[in-house]
Amino acid sequence: MDSEHQCQCAQQNEEELYPKLEEMIEQHKGRPTELIMALHKAQNLFGYLPKKAQEIISERLNVPISTICGVITFYSFFSTVPKGRHSIKVCLGTACYVRGGQQTLERVEKELNTKVGGTTEDRRFSVDVVRCIGACGLAPAMLVDNDVYGRVKSTKIMDILKKYE
Amino acid sequence: MNIVRNHILISIDAGTIMSGARAVEDALIKELTKYGLDKEVSVLETGSLGITGMGVVLVVYPEGIYYANVTTKDVPELVEEHLLKGRPLKRLILTEAPKRTIITKEKTGLLKEQPRIVLKNCGFINPENIDEYIAAGGYEAIAKALQTMTPEDVVKEVKESGLMGRGGAGFPTGLKWEFAIKTPGEEKFVICNADEGEPGTFKDRLILEGDPHKLIEGMLIAGYAIKATMGFVYIRGEYNLSIERIEKAIADARSYGLLGKNILESNFSFDIFVKKGAGAYICGEETALIESLEGKRGHPRNKPPFPINAGLWGKPTLVNNVETLANVPEIIRNGAEWYRGYGTEKCSGTKVYTILGHVQTPGLIETEMGTTLKEIIFEYGGGIKDGKNFKGALIGGAAGAFISSEMLDVKMDFVNLREYAAALGSGAILVMNEDTDIVDMLKSVLHFFKHESCGHCVPCRLGTAKLVEIIDRIANSKGKKKDLDELMEITQAMKGASFCPLGQSVSLPVSSALRYFKDEFMAKVSA
Repeated sequence: MDSEHQCQCAQQNEEELYPKLEEMIEQHKGRPTELIMALHKAQNLFGYLPKKAQEIISERLNVPISTICGVITFYSFFSTVPKGRHSIKVCLGTACYVRGGQQTLERVEKELNTKVGGTTEDRRFSVDVVRCIGACGLAPAMLVDNDVYGRVKSTKIMDILKKYE
Repeated sequence: MNIVRNHILISIDAGTIMSGARAVEDALIKELTKYGLDKEVSVLETGSLGITGMGVVLVVYPEGIYYANVTTKDVPELVEEHLLKGRPLKRLILTEAPKRTIITKEKTGLLKEQPRIVLKNCGFINPENIDEYIAAGGYEAIAKALQTMTPEDVVKEVKESGLMGRGGAGFPTGLKWEFAIKTPGEEKFVICNADEGEPGTFKDRLILEGDPHKLIEGMLIAGYAIKATMGFVYIRGEYNLSIERIEKAIADARSYGLLGKNILESNFSFDIFVKKGAGAYICGEETALIESLEGKRGHPRNKPPFPINAGLWGKPTLVNNVETLANVPEIIRNGAEWYRGYGTEKCSGTKVYTILGHVQTPGLIETEMGTTLKEIIFEYGGGIKDGKNFKGALIGGAAGAFISSEMLDVKMDFVNLREYAAALGSGAILVMNEDTDIVDMLKSVLHFFKHESCGHCVPCRLGTAKLVEIIDRIANSKGKKKDLDELMEITQAMKGASFCPLGQSVSLPVSSALRYFKDEFMAKVSA
């Protein structure tokens, strides 16, 4: 589940990835209880959960598509719309909030000209809010892909984001 | 054979990795090789040293000197001064030395002074090396249980130890195990709840990162005690390093025959699987967690039946928190009586806390049950940052209680705090200085609940939305005095009528904030 993997694939043609998905979820075949693990894999591969991927999972795992829709919308990890190549998650858990997480978020939104839940026009970044990533000692914290950044001062944000193309 | 004269233990956790711990590690090895010291000085990775927000932290043994904020630029000087010339590099030594950082391995013999049960190995062993865990006495407890104890004996021992569930509610663990063993069933499961979502809590993450084998051993013992065949670790999807380490630990344990069929040549077979969560706070509630494990939306189930009777796939299921299970090996190894020697009469053992907010040294600590909040904040946390005054604390995460300075001397344990209508909860202590706006804090807590309410039941779904509406009004100084009464009324209704603990627990932060900081709310509302 590394970040480089995610961004390479987002640039590839989605169609080419489906055989790979089939291969990856082979072990979950006929096991409805492993739906969430299968969705994790698909989301990693595509960066989001396209309709066709949901259909394939539905068929292989033997889970109705309506149930899959219910699960996807329940968990904040999953998305049905394409995301940016890199995901920014600003923590607004209590510890981060008290140390200025909200200001961090506002600065990110302003610099990237997008709102929470949105993606920049060039599909470079998606911005989301998370409630506690367990990095409270480093509050306010922010996740870019899988990298944790702590003590994020609003002035440092652009320096951090520069590293992600 | 090489004689290693110095060991450098470098803390590898999310915080230190961010600060460049891996680069420092590489630089250390390179620099040591340059001086030909690489055979004499070994560089080892370990879990969290309990110090956060101080960059790369490492400790040099046998001296037991802690260095903080180490960068690759400091490495040549550090190696030359300390390891070549034998003069500790004063510039980088952790001077603020909070109580916990001066524990050396030798001193942990004085357990009364610095009790470490759960975190015993954290920061001392390489969590990715099963041999180091075994060398530190690991897997002795399961061997003892398998060879000399019946499952009933194990349950009795845990019951007598007085261990209470460390996930928040403080239910007696032994009692839960007793119910589990009494429930008939061919197939039973053990679930470790590692879906640590309570804001401000990261103890389970650091236990998983620092000593994953301890959890495996705890689960093995639980499995043997309740006659289960399979275990699951349900872990937050965000905890990448924890997932990596626990998966490696499970694979290593399997290859040593500590998981799988006929463990240690006994009749006991047990295996553990890791399942990733997908970002839902409610999944920390045990029945919601089980639903999620089954691949469904994480909606809580009606109780009874409790998971112990009908849990995962309708089978008897024991759900315990990471910290609870991490206590078990030491209890079995040393006996219930030994364990009862720590803590208070009603609440034995130690508690792992995460201390954060406006303190000098935020981080992870383990202290005996019954330690006062004052000690925790001022001795372990180093006091309030920037010379400010203490105003209050939020204890137990979002579903916890606000407390004020009048409660600083209260002894912290599950039973005692209940009398003050507070709760130990997950063990998060968020310290707030005099400048903190309590109304704003409560606003953040209520927004959190609104966001995380799963929508399954009406009191919680509508209640949290309504609470947010009111608190926003108060925070904008547009509230009326009757809004305060309404806050209380709604949370009381939610407490009685919500389906699961999420909705029920909102009343705690609201009522405690209004009890201890009423003035601040009054100042924001008009008649």
